[in-house]
Amino acid sequence: MKILVCISKAPDTTSRIAFTDNGTAFDENGVQFIVNPYDEWYALVRALELKETQGGSVTTVTVGGVDCDPIIRKALAIGSDDAVRINTDPKDSLFVAKQIAAYAKDNAFDLVLLGKETIDYNGAVVGGMVAELLDVPFVSFAIKMEVNGSTATLEREVQGGVEVVEANFPLVVSAAKGMAEQRIPNMRGIMAARTKPLQIVEAQDVSTSTTIVRYELPPAKAAVKLVSADNVAELVELLHKEAKVI
Amino acid sequence: MRTDQYQGHDYYMMDDLLTDEHKLVRDAARAWVKKEVSPVIEDAFEKGVFPRNLIKGLADVGAFGPYIPVEYGGAGLDQISYGLIMQELERCDSGLRSTASVQSSLVMYPIWKYGSEEQKQKYLPKLASGDMIGCFGLTEPDHGSNPAGMVSNFKDDGDHVILNGAKMWISNAPFADIAVIWAKSEEGRIHGMVVERGMEGFTTPTMHGKWSLRASDTGELVFDNVRVPKANILPGRSGLGAPLSCLDSARFGIAWGAIGSALDCYDSALRYSKERTQFDRPIAAFQLQQKKLAEMITEITKAQLLTFRLGQLREAGTATSAQISMAKRNNVDMALHIAREARQIHGAMGITNEYPIMRHMMNLESVITYEGTHDIHLLITGMDVTGENAFK
Ligand SMILES: Cc1cc2nc3c(=O)[nH]c(=O)nc-3n(C[C@H](O)[C@H](O)[C@H](O)COP(=O)(O)OP(=O)(O)OC[C@H]3O[C@@H](n4cnc5c(N)ncnc54)[C@H](O)[C@@H]3O)c2cc1C
Repeated sequence: MKILVCISKAPDTTSRIAFTDNGTAFDENGVQFIVNPYDEWYALVRALELKETQGGSVTTVTVGGVDCDPIIRKALAIGSDDAVRINTDPKDSLFVAKQIAAYAKDNAFDLVLLGKETIDYNGAVVGGMVAELLDVPFVSFAIKMEVNGSTATLEREVQGGVEVVEANFPLVVSAAKGMAEQRIPNMRGIMAARTKPLQIVEAQDVSTSTTIVRYELPPAKAAVKLVSADNVAELVELLHKEAKVI
Repeated sequence: MRTDQYQGHDYYMMDDLLTDEHKLVRDAARAWVKKEVSPVIEDAFEKGVFPRNLIKGLADVGAFGPYIPVEYGGAGLDQISYGLIMQELERCDSGLRSTASVQSSLVMYPIWKYGSEEQKQKYLPKLASGDMIGCFGLTEPDHGSNPAGMVSNFKDDGDHVILNGAKMWISNAPFADIAVIWAKSEEGRIHGMVVERGMEGFTTPTMHGKWSLRASDTGELVFDNVRVPKANILPGRSGLGAPLSCLDSARFGIAWGAIGSALDCYDSALRYSKERTQFDRPIAAFQLQQKKLAEMITEITKAQLLTFRLGQLREAGTATSAQISMAKRNNVDMALHIAREARQIHGAMGITNEYPIMRHMMNLESVITYEGTHDIHLLITGMDVTGENAFK
């Protein structure tokens, strides 16, 4: 099975978030980037597990500049066979999806796996767009995936339970927590990553369909109000009048 | 123990000096430690046993001879990578780092540097994969700071030598498969040799009652007329310089490791000081606590710079033993001070096993003594700058 895994960079969860260019761009200064956890822990690892049981290959694709190379090397160290970086600044979800779809179309993958969302912009739409552009089925937020010949059986978490879905390859799947367990790169993998191919391809259509008007930080956390345990009346009053949640 | 919330601290953007591979190696070691070691370390320390089920994982993250060439099973990494791995291990526990230091610098290093091709082929790949664990026997009951006075000795016996004597305070001894030991020939010259578990007359009693480095096993090596094949003698170098060169390698790793302990204590103290409220304010808002925290990060940053530069010198092959002594002495002392200050910031909680502070503090009492005591390293620097020997 020929698998393509979409890997994107995301700021480390401990990063301080700030904006530049009049609040229209994320300030990357001093920010540590990691592999988007949904891509790494779930999509990539499940792809590797499928390769281990079914045979085939795992290629990663990243839309981004040279600053993405460290996270691509990490994916190679974890076990992908080779990597492709589409050399352009990712502008919006459709833009990214077009780049990935163009590459995937030319290279006939059986399965495109990606995380359910990135932990920075939380768009969660690239998978669906890639599937549409490739004209193949899309299963989102999958927590389990088994392969049976030319079909895949997937589980999705739905309100209060699980939905079991079947789909034929080729297929796009976005992976949620539960799909696999994080793998830590070992020394053998880190050494092997040195010589694995990282191919740089130029972007195709670089037009964008949206522009960012402004980012805003959430209001600073207000101080905590402590209510004594035996004063339920005051608690209810505060929840009603101040917090306005009941 | 609570979940390991550790975050690295990099006040002077030292990460910019590292390669992507350095960061990958370090972050992998850190992730492995958090996943596999942090949840069990307090228990191991309390029980006083090294968790042997960690050996495979230690090998996987490259903790065993990362700088040994690939053809001998190592990872062929540079000295800074070795340092970073030691830092991440000791960030969790000095005992964990000790096990890896001994295997890498005191067992694999001498075999790699002074062993015959057959010895390298026979031992190094298994040591790198953790299928074999080694220990290093230099210290004797009556010869610690003065190893030149050792009494362990061997006599010629055809294809073999007959080894007699005893070593004490030997990390990993109780479960090691092999021991690289140092003993005097009939001419009184110090030679290294590999003694294998199972050789007749060779025993490794465990030492008990340590209040430090409890998650590392320590024992004795007793040689009672042990017949060691001559093929097990390291042919490449003899004299005290041979074991001392191994100590250089291990001390280099300790210099990095101590930064790990210090970072963990600082990290915990910083978090605690922001969370703990007294007199209606987080204790981090009080000048006395800020003085402690500000001095901690200052000392850590100085040590990081010193040690990174030492890594460059060591990689270039120009670091002197005296330069390594300075870093080992400075960093371990720095870490011990930070552990003590961090413990106070945690108030009473600081004495419990809810936090790693007290464990680090107890561990560092060994680290400041082994691989050359704090005093001995000072004498090394003193001799280096004055040209006067104040040892004897
Ligand atoms: C947990 C642990 C693990 C160890 N693991 C190993 C191991 O794997 N392999 C191994 O070979 N050894 C190991 N050691 C031994 C360690 O290296 C020695 O303990 C160390 O070298 C000090 O020797 P000593 O304990 O005999 O102290 P001593 O040499 O007796 O020193 C006692 C005190 O006297 C001071 N002193 C000594 N000489 C002088 C001098 N000339 N001038 C001024 N002051 C002096 C010292 O600084 C020290 O404060 C380990 C020790 C510990 C605690």
